[in-house]
Amino acid sequence: MTTLLQQIANGLVQGATIGLIALGYTMVYGIIQLINFAHGEVFMVGTFGALAVYRWVLPESVQDQWYVALPLMLLGGIVVAVVVAVLMERFAYRPLRNAPRLAPLITALGVSVALQEVVRLWFPDAEAAQSFPRVFVDAQVDLGPVQISATGLLLIVVSVVLSVLLQTYVNRSRMGRAMRATSQDRDTARLMGVNPDRVIVLTFVLGAALAGVAGVLYGAHLNSVDTNDGFQTGIFAFTAAVLGGIGSLRGAVIGAFIIGLIKTLGGQYLPGGTQYDYVWIFVVLILVLVFRPQGLFGEAERVRA
Amino acid sequence: MSALLEVSELSVAYGAIEAVRSVSFVVEEGQIVCLIGANGAGKTTTLRTISGLLRPRAGDIRFDGESIAKAPAHLILGRGIAHSPEGRRVFARMTVEENLLLGAYTRRDESGVQQDMNRVFELFPVLGERRQQKAGLFSGGEQQMLAIGRAMMSRPRLLMLDEPSMGLSPIMTQRIFDTIRELQQGGTTILLVEQNALAALALSDRGYVVDLGQTTLEGPGHDLLADERVRAAYLGQG
Repeated sequence: MTTLLQQIANGLVQGATIGLIALGYTMVYGIIQLINFAHGEVFMVGTFGALAVYRWVLPESVQDQWYVALPLMLLGGIVVAVVVAVLMERFAYRPLRNAPRLAPLITALGVSVALQEVVRLWFPDAEAAQSFPRVFVDAQVDLGPVQISATGLLLIVVSVVLSVLLQTYVNRSRMGRAMRATSQDRDTARLMGVNPDRVIVLTFVLGAALAGVAGVLYGAHLNSVDTNDGFQTGIFAFTAAVLGGIGSLRGAVIGAFIIGLIKTLGGQYLPGGTQYDYVWIFVVLILVLVFRPQGLFGEAERVRA
Repeated sequence: MSALLEVSELSVAYGAIEAVRSVSFVVEEGQIVCLIGANGAGKTTTLRTISGLLRPRAGDIRFDGESIAKAPAHLILGRGIAHSPEGRRVFARMTVEENLLLGAYTRRDESGVQQDMNRVFELFPVLGERRQQKAGLFSGGEQQMLAIGRAMMSRPRLLMLDEPSMGLSPIMTQRIFDTIRELQQGGTTILLVEQNALAALALSDRGYVVDLGQTTLEGPGHDLLADERVRAAYLGQG
């Protein structure tokens, strides 16, 4: 019983991370129908951005004061993630806006590989995994029979809060309305005075900021960082977005928690152990796609007269 | 009176296919002007080009004396031209209110926007009664009202309506045409594209016949109504 609860807690931490990334996948898809395979790399560069701040910006005297170090590292991670995402949109995807859909998709894969290599080759010592500081309170929190790291708990709280804020922004604000209009009918949105380029950039910025936050906190949680973390976690996040119904914000977050739970519970209880967690995740994905192709919360594609 | 909109020798192509070859017309301030013609004559393409959704291959579009032929679509509304597109194109997954707010996207005066929204609800009470419902749940005629209301929300100087009577019952069509007349009396200039040539010409100060991508006939609405060629081709009376 304790093991079960413990694995549920671990799954929620995984889900919280994956959810923050999945939001970026689903938002970008909603606006420009592109699966941005390089979005996992945005998460990864966020982690490295924070590591750079820790190593070369923070004076040693404040490195162990989390209330100074963590906000500055989050800021560093967000800024690096956002800059990378904006450049990616401007120079890789925008020129292909009217190209056949396969072109930007393949470009996204290329951007993903390029970003991994750039960080691996140019970030000092990044050829191998390296340790990431446990910036936040380095303690285990007891929740009844379950123990969870303070950073893990912070990740869950931050992920849920940011998801709710994002939904509120998209559903209530003027720019959120412009985003939804652009995703439903770009030409008609332009007739309303909406500049699609601005909406698309905003979408990349929001997605990158969330991925950056996830990158910093997940690095702190794992106590390590590697240049291929983004690709692996990105695949989980992409799967979560499809599982939840691509284009749906709520679906992405719920899909992410489902994936996180399958990953930890499958690794614990199903034959094959943690080496098979990918298998169970994709089995669930395939089952959902067979019986509900639009995902859990996606709208079925339909044409209205 | 002065020319608010002046389209001269406009030519627009989709790839190699020339949808508009030579369209020229003038809309004077305060008038209702209609473009009539058969399906595929190039009327919708003309409106979409004025709105900046399509680029002209040749010719010019002048609004209020300035060329807008190269202006991007999202800046056209700010100049004072609103466009209710063919097929309504309401945002189906958004509420009536959200659709109307998008029509006022470029405006920052909240109280004025609220006032104009109430005016739309007075004009089309069914929209007011169901303002929190998703636009996709409405009938074709109701969506048409929403599309027109949405275009009014920017307080345009020129309102372009593409087939506002399409799919509507005769009673609803009459309502829409009465509304167009009211808008004109309120000072809005109207450019109307219609297949319902009889009703459109009866309402219009001036009409233009578009045929195979060219403006071929023009004149005051009542003169065109009486013109034998127009009657034969578009009013089904030989």
